[in-house]
Amino acid sequence: MSMNASRSHPDRVAAHVRALPRSGIRDFFDIVSTMRDVISLGIGEPDFDTPWRVREAAIYALERGATHYTSNLGLLRLRRAICAFVRRTYGVEYDPESECIVTVGVSEAADLAVRALVNPGDGVMFHQPCYVSYEPLVRLAHGDPLPVPTTRKTGFRLTRELLERHAAPHARVLILNFPNNPTGAALDLPELEEIARFAIERDLIVLADEIYGELRYDGEPVSLAALPGMRERCIFLHGFSKAFAMTGFRLGFACAPAPLVEAMMKIHQYTMLCAPTLSQEAAIEALNDPERDVAPMREEYRARRNLLLRAFGEMGLPVVEPRGAFYMFPYIGHLGLSSREFALKLLEEERVAVVPGDVFGPTGAGHVRCSYATAMDDLKEAARRIGAFVARHAPVCRAPV
Amino acid sequence: MDPLLKLLKVRGRESVENLAAMLDLTPDEVRARIADYERRGIIRGYRAVLNEESLEEEKVVAVIEVKVVPEREGGFDRIAHRICRFPEVVSAYLMSGQADLLLFIEGPDLHTVARFVSEKLALIPGVTSTTTSFMLKTYKSHGFLMDAPDEHERLSVSP
Repeated sequence: MSMNASRSHPDRVAAHVRALPRSGIRDFFDIVSTMRDVISLGIGEPDFDTPWRVREAAIYALERGATHYTSNLGLLRLRRAICAFVRRTYGVEYDPESECIVTVGVSEAADLAVRALVNPGDGVMFHQPCYVSYEPLVRLAHGDPLPVPTTRKTGFRLTRELLERHAAPHARVLILNFPNNPTGAALDLPELEEIARFAIERDLIVLADEIYGELRYDGEPVSLAALPGMRERCIFLHGFSKAFAMTGFRLGFACAPAPLVEAMMKIHQYTMLCAPTLSQEAAIEALNDPERDVAPMREEYRARRNLLLRAFGEMGLPVVEPRGAFYMFPYIGHLGLSSREFALKLLEEERVAVVPGDVFGPTGAGHVRCSYATAMDDLKEAARRIGAFVARHAPVCRAPV
Repeated sequence: MDPLLKLLKVRGRESVENLAAMLDLTPDEVRARIADYERRGIIRGYRAVLNEESLEEEKVVAVIEVKVVPEREGGFDRIAHRICRFPEVVSAYLMSGQADLLLFIEGPDLHTVARFVSEKLALIPGVTSTTTSFMLKTYKSHGFLMDAPDEHERLSVSP
């Protein structure tokens, strides 16, 4: 006897999951993946291979048989290395035994933090344009997303004034990601101090997503967690994907006061158990004098950024100079095309993939994200093609009447 | 090191305009700095790094360890300079350890290289012994892997 299917499969999906939009990035990926000979500036990961010494450490770990579970928090040797790295680079002290958890990418760390902190209906503030997963993470935790739009006019920087304007009484958490994906914007100490004061006054916990921290071109990495009084109300999120070129290893971490790490660990132990052991072994090697690999990559990104910045300048595309990460976010609205139209036409006519800016939030509309984690020769060719495209679509100047 | 030199070490053929853009300088500044480095002999030359084995042309490279008697005046330098003048010598280094000089010698065939060693190098006053090894295969040269690197698939669009 067959079961009487009273509800269709889509109806069986939980309402809050059904309500989640598909990522615009995924839509666009589906289109790009059908085309050939595309130069992609749409990639949010380094083009550098993982440094060989790190890969070699993973191979050795595999030979040694490091294929078992680790403790839920991660290998203590790795947590010690992480805490030493965070102290050295950001000047914040954490106890490796109780204030650090190793996760499957910083994505999991962000998810754990949101789920550990958010009660149904709690407000979570985050700036836009931003990484595509912040709002869905909040929704999956039944929280109330409170986006704070930043714009090109203010260099996509987050200010106290913007925060005040979009704050709500039920806000409990603020997510901060500078250097920023997709704009490359970064914050300076005075701005961070203002944000810290705001967080203290509103009694917010801040998730400081420092995934691009070391890829900063105009100064030392700086985290809100390092400011006076902020260590106690920050969850410091970081990982190995970007600065260490280890995306496929899927390894991140969170540092926070022990009760918060304990709460995150509860979710982690029931859902993930532990981060991959081989990746943890590789990460220990990555943290052994990390600057020796990071510095040359940063210099290469800087050279590419400068090249692309000049190219956009020559095309007449307004762009905020990126101060970190490996993205540029030029404005294309004056061409009379939406972000999506621009990206689709550019793909069809010139075989260059960029990501429509509105997938990162409404104020990303009129922009496209160009990743310069792309080999220099490809980048030069892509710039040439974008230049030709822009010249062809530039609005016709009419002589004044 | 000047970032310009760092770039030139790996991108010797980059146009002045592109170098200027990468370093946020003007093309004239870049031209002037390169000219200055060339004039001061800091930039000694430009070359292509070839995978010569794939050309299937006959060529032999020998690595020769040379022991010499250093001179009271000038130490190893005068004798090293004398050896370096031979066009067969493509690289020469003063070393710590068993031998004093390490030479890389190129020739069209084994015979020519052997003759160079026995008829020229070994006869130079002050050279007391030579040990010659022939190079069989190049895996990496000047920072470049000689085998084509593996193609890694990256997603064409990712967050």
